[in-house]
Amino acid sequence: MPTQAADITVSAQGLSRRFGAHTAVNNVSIELKRGEILGFLGPNGAGKTTTMQMLTGNLAPTSGAISICGIDLFERPIAAKARIGYLPEHPPLYRELTVREYLDLAARLHRVPNARRAAALDDALTRCGLTDVSKKLIGTLSKGYQQRTGIAQAIVHRPDVVILDEPTVGLDPNQIREIRSLIHELGASYSVILSTHILPEVEGVCDRVQILHQGATVFSDIIAGLKEFHGNRTLLLGLKLPPAIDEIARVNGVAGVEPAGEKLFRVSFAGDIDPSEELARRAVEQSWGLFQLTPTQSSLEDVFVQLTRKEELS
Amino acid sequence: MIFAIARKELKTLFTSPMAWAVLTFMQLILAYFFLRRVQDYMEIQAQLIQMPNPPGVTELVIAPLYLTIVTMMLFVVPLLTMRLIAEERRNQTMVFLISAPLSMTQIVIGKFTGLTAFLLLIIGITTLMPLSLLLAGQLDFGLLASLSGGVALLAACFVAIGLYASCLTVHPFIAAVVSFCILLALLLAGDAAVDGLKARGWTIAAALAQVLSPFKNFEPFSKGVIDSYAIACLLLLIVLFLILTIRRLDAARLRG
Repeated sequence: MPTQAADITVSAQGLSRRFGAHTAVNNVSIELKRGEILGFLGPNGAGKTTTMQMLTGNLAPTSGAISICGIDLFERPIAAKARIGYLPEHPPLYRELTVREYLDLAARLHRVPNARRAAALDDALTRCGLTDVSKKLIGTLSKGYQQRTGIAQAIVHRPDVVILDEPTVGLDPNQIREIRSLIHELGASYSVILSTHILPEVEGVCDRVQILHQGATVFSDIIAGLKEFHGNRTLLLGLKLPPAIDEIARVNGVAGVEPAGEKLFRVSFAGDIDPSEELARRAVEQSWGLFQLTPTQSSLEDVFVQLTRKEELS
Repeated sequence: MIFAIARKELKTLFTSPMAWAVLTFMQLILAYFFLRRVQDYMEIQAQLIQMPNPPGVTELVIAPLYLTIVTMMLFVVPLLTMRLIAEERRNQTMVFLISAPLSMTQIVIGKFTGLTAFLLLIIGITTLMPLSLLLAGQLDFGLLASLSGGVALLAACFVAIGLYASCLTVHPFIAAVVSFCILLALLLAGDAAVDGLKARGWTIAAALAQVLSPFKNFEPFSKGVIDSYAIACLLLLIVLFLILTIRRLDAARLRG
């Protein structure tokens, strides 16, 4: 099955989708390699779900092209869809079927040959931790198990690409951890696209992140690139007896100081010189009453807020 | 693939009380009707013998039985078809089928096949009633075959119409009302239109109107006549509504 061109599993160019006058997705391009996990991030209504619906053939784009493992989704939809596993935002479960019956149906519809079907079912059940509940009706399962059943139907036919739309919504923290580790496992054998608005999820699981805002891509890079993007780093400094702001600003390495609440200062610095040590020494020498000195996390959250807010202002 | 979807539809039907209730009530009512007819026949048998060319038991007992099935299907089929697509869209499980490597045609024909198979089961079980008369006498097998074949075609027709109604809305109940209305309109207007046009001598228009008149097309079957034009009309109506359904669902994918 793997061919030379199979390296790139999902390639979407210039996807746009309009609903009447409203543009839900505007010129979004996605490229995904085998074994990569792409985090699809954005505030509610950013166009994540619309994009995923287009990638899975549930919605026709207004313009743009999609190919899955080199197969054009519009020219050969059946061949292309056979390589995708999709878990929509609302898991499409038949409550009146048992977990096994449902997965059996999913496998049949995805043309898993009769001889391999039983093994494929067992594999999906084991991977998603559903073996114990395989004979239960889906309608009687808890939300966490239903979500896992949803993931199981997306992987039962061993697709090249797994697309998961907000797989951890509505789960308790334990279930979220389980689902995350499951996604991490999936990343080893499949290409995964994961949409979410939970930031630590992306940082914890994904190799790459693409941030959507108002239908357009505002950021797309590997996770490591985030730190560089957010070049300026900051410290939070708390002093019981603060001196004049200028005095702090004069400390070696400090690029800027601004008040951040009562007796708190946000100290920013650029480059390699970290002024923390110097600040602490000064504070002790001159009895500023130091009670807090913490580096602010330079995280996806900053980038996210920065990008999505900036747009709102402009 | 079509078979896999048909299988799923049958499974869903039989996990709901609806299928069992429909099977039970239809059999009860039809059995009662059948026995009444048999009793009436026994009472007038003495007079029939004196007639020069008396109608047989098949014409007097069994033909009305099949007409009763048709009347009951008018109410029952909309109830069975209403969920086919409306409920899938409502529960957002339609995505499951659309994301699978299937064409819309396969999905629609699969659903159509599943429910038609269920109705064939009802017709099949009902046919056992007339067959039980073989214990006591002879049957006109030609008429019996034409009756059950005609009812089966008509049932498929109703399913196609119900399927189309089911894709128009996400509320199953509204789908049932819509398909019942379409069936009723075809029953009333179709017959009248065909007769009216024929009376004026517009034969081509009448022939076209006959396509939209499934009940008119059932008439020859009930007399034991195999009318190839009537069969063609019924098949055409089935194909027409299936195509409408497919197009409608494909359009939903474009519209979003």
